[in-house]
Amino acid sequence: MRNLLVGYMGKGSIVAGCLAPHPPHLVYAENPPQNEPVSEGGWEQLRWGYESLRASLEKVDYDVLVILSPHWQTYVGTHFIGLEHCASKSVDPVFPNLFRFDYDMNVDVELSRAIHDEAQSAGMAVKMMENPDFRVDYGTIVSLHMTRPAWDKPVVVISSNRGMSYYSSEVMQEMMAELGRATAKAIEASGKKCVLIASNSLSHRHFTTENDVPEDMSKEHIESHAMHLWDMRIIELMRAGKSQQILDEMPEFCEQAISEADGGAFSWILNAMGVPDHPAILHGYGTIIGTGNAIMEWPCHRWGEQ
Amino acid sequence: MSGEIVMSLVVPPHPHPVLCPEKNPGWQAIRDAYDAAAAQIEESGADLIIIYSTLWPSIIGHQIQAQQHPEWVMVDADFHDLGSIPYRLSIDTKFAHAWNDANHARGLTSRTVDYDGFPVDVGSVVALELLNRGNRIPAVICSTNVYSNRAETTVLAKACLDVVKAQGKKAVAVSVMSLSNRMFTEPIQPEEDRIHSLKDDEWNQKMLELMADGRLEDVGQLSRTIHSQIRIKKVVAFKPMWWLSAMNGNRNDLTGEVLAYEEIHGAGAAVVALSPESCGTGDKEYDEDDVEFYGGDRGVLDNTEPTEDHGVALHEPTTKGNSFNTDLAPKPVGAYPHARREGDLLYLSGVGPRQPGDNSIPGGPIKDADGNPLNYDIKAQTRATIDNVARILEQAGSSLDNVIDVTSFLVDMDRDFAGYNEVWAETLGKVGPTRTTLAIQALPTPIAVELKVIAKA
Repeated sequence: MRNLLVGYMGKGSIVAGCLAPHPPHLVYAENPPQNEPVSEGGWEQLRWGYESLRASLEKVDYDVLVILSPHWQTYVGTHFIGLEHCASKSVDPVFPNLFRFDYDMNVDVELSRAIHDEAQSAGMAVKMMENPDFRVDYGTIVSLHMTRPAWDKPVVVISSNRGMSYYSSEVMQEMMAELGRATAKAIEASGKKCVLIASNSLSHRHFTTENDVPEDMSKEHIESHAMHLWDMRIIELMRAGKSQQILDEMPEFCEQAISEADGGAFSWILNAMGVPDHPAILHGYGTIIGTGNAIMEWPCHRWGEQ
Repeated sequence: MSGEIVMSLVVPPHPHPVLCPEKNPGWQAIRDAYDAAAAQIEESGADLIIIYSTLWPSIIGHQIQAQQHPEWVMVDADFHDLGSIPYRLSIDTKFAHAWNDANHARGLTSRTVDYDGFPVDVGSVVALELLNRGNRIPAVICSTNVYSNRAETTVLAKACLDVVKAQGKKAVAVSVMSLSNRMFTEPIQPEEDRIHSLKDDEWNQKMLELMADGRLEDVGQLSRTIHSQIRIKKVVAFKPMWWLSAMNGNRNDLTGEVLAYEEIHGAGAAVVALSPESCGTGDKEYDEDDVEFYGGDRGVLDNTEPTEDHGVALHEPTTKGNSFNTDLAPKPVGAYPHARREGDLLYLSGVGPRQPGDNSIPGGPIKDADGNPLNYDIKAQTRATIDNVARILEQAGSSLDNVIDVTSFLVDMDRDFAGYNEVWAETLGKVGPTRTTLAIQALPTPIAVELKVIAKA
């Protein structure tokens, strides 16, 4: 099924979709000036994957990055940042040794509210986040930094409603389908060109110990063979353009691979793009403390040309 | 020194009792109960508040806050519209580091965190804001590990108790947790709040009945059932009662008092106080393994015995006279104690690098089971040896600073003296005891160094 909104010129449109995972290790390994800890590198395959994604997006004309991260976890509906400017320090509560990052971002509040309103019209529980003391979650920051380190595009930040925790993967998928449709509809009405980012890993079973040198790549590998098989299966489906099959297999993927797709971002982005049957581009795959991470791009802006 | 848990608390993590108690009578009741618990802490003479927060998940073992004054403005991810909570906490950093060391001694992975801007979780901020006005009492905060099981959580508590006793603390143990944690998934008006379902309410009432009867270990043993019945599978499963029960010696005869039970956005919120004083009823029924050391993801329940014997039988330390023994030191290889106190002096038996719990040798053994020599790290062995000495002394109420005389034994003086001497200079060398170093042919286990220590008690 194709969503007619995708790639349609003259109206607002989704020009690209990205699977852009957020392990803080990647920012740590890049040593940007905003991050305090200093590394000797590491996770190069993934960082080169991000480099490839960035190069690809450089060829795309877009106005806004719209991101859904599993680390702004909300249980009472789906939330949207409603502050025009967010700047603070983000310290990862799980890996504070790796990620202490000064962020500074501009938010497209107009588009945030438009998606909020569309979702509300569709019956979803939604809320704008307007507390000026709020700190943006590290997942959002990592994915945004790795995708666009210049931080020169406004963003829309959407929370991860934990519908799967409360109900089931099926309910989560229904909610994300609705949110995806609301996102696409609001973007079309906005007249803006948007890049969507789903900020999640694939398989998500961690190692529970860390090396003295966290970037020691001699210790890095997938946590188990079963996780590897699931990661490869999902990547192959994305490369083959079989989005509907991914959504069909999502419950098993979330359960058996303990996938971070349980946060809804993956289902949301596929639905926002109209469950595309076009292939996605694999920019990179690698593991981070045992979890599986793929950097993918759906180049929606090209689809209208085919 | 002899420390103790003077009281324990179960408290809810939500920000409502701090930010807007007046909006709902139930939220106000929780706030009042928090105030009552704070008064009980004052009366207890406590000098430390230990927080186990279910809202601070960790992956690399457990994390312990060790910044002296964490300071920021906390905003809840869901209830940001209620307002902000500025905080500046006082952490007992000496306790935090000692707890981390004690975790390692018991086989756990853990680390301290000391970073400006670290996001202290909402549960810890709420609990300390309401229980410890003005930060009068130093606190320590520990995470909940995403993957930990009962054995790991129990050992975490035992390591904490090791330090409470060693430092002579009068500590309050606090589990920050909801009972049932199913909230309404849509915004509600404050006056509409209620426990989300009758089933959740019934399970909450059962838990509270057990706690009011002082049957904390029974609640701990029901944790898996409670998790499956009334807990949403959020980031971590329901583990806080494992920790709190182990902090209280896995007892079922505490004296409990439910100070409040209400709803906060549908979740079960309770403030419960538990005194270590026996209520006189309820025998301990303890049908799970009482694990002392953590041995990793597999076989933990069978890991109460050392896993490496190095071909030498291990013994329980003897207890005659003024003997002093501790679980935090390796088991003896004969019938003798870890230390004896005579007058104002402590005489330690020979101490090597073997680890308490799994009997492993940091830096590796000097030979394999067939007697073939192995390449080992003398510095790692020497450090582990001095760490063992330090733990025995600290458990006996002394410390490395009180060491006055040491006799050192090396099995390969030519190979190892320099490395041993380097570690000595970094540690005991700064204390300045007299020292004699002897070359010997062998030690009973495949270790390269042993110390015979005399210290002031």
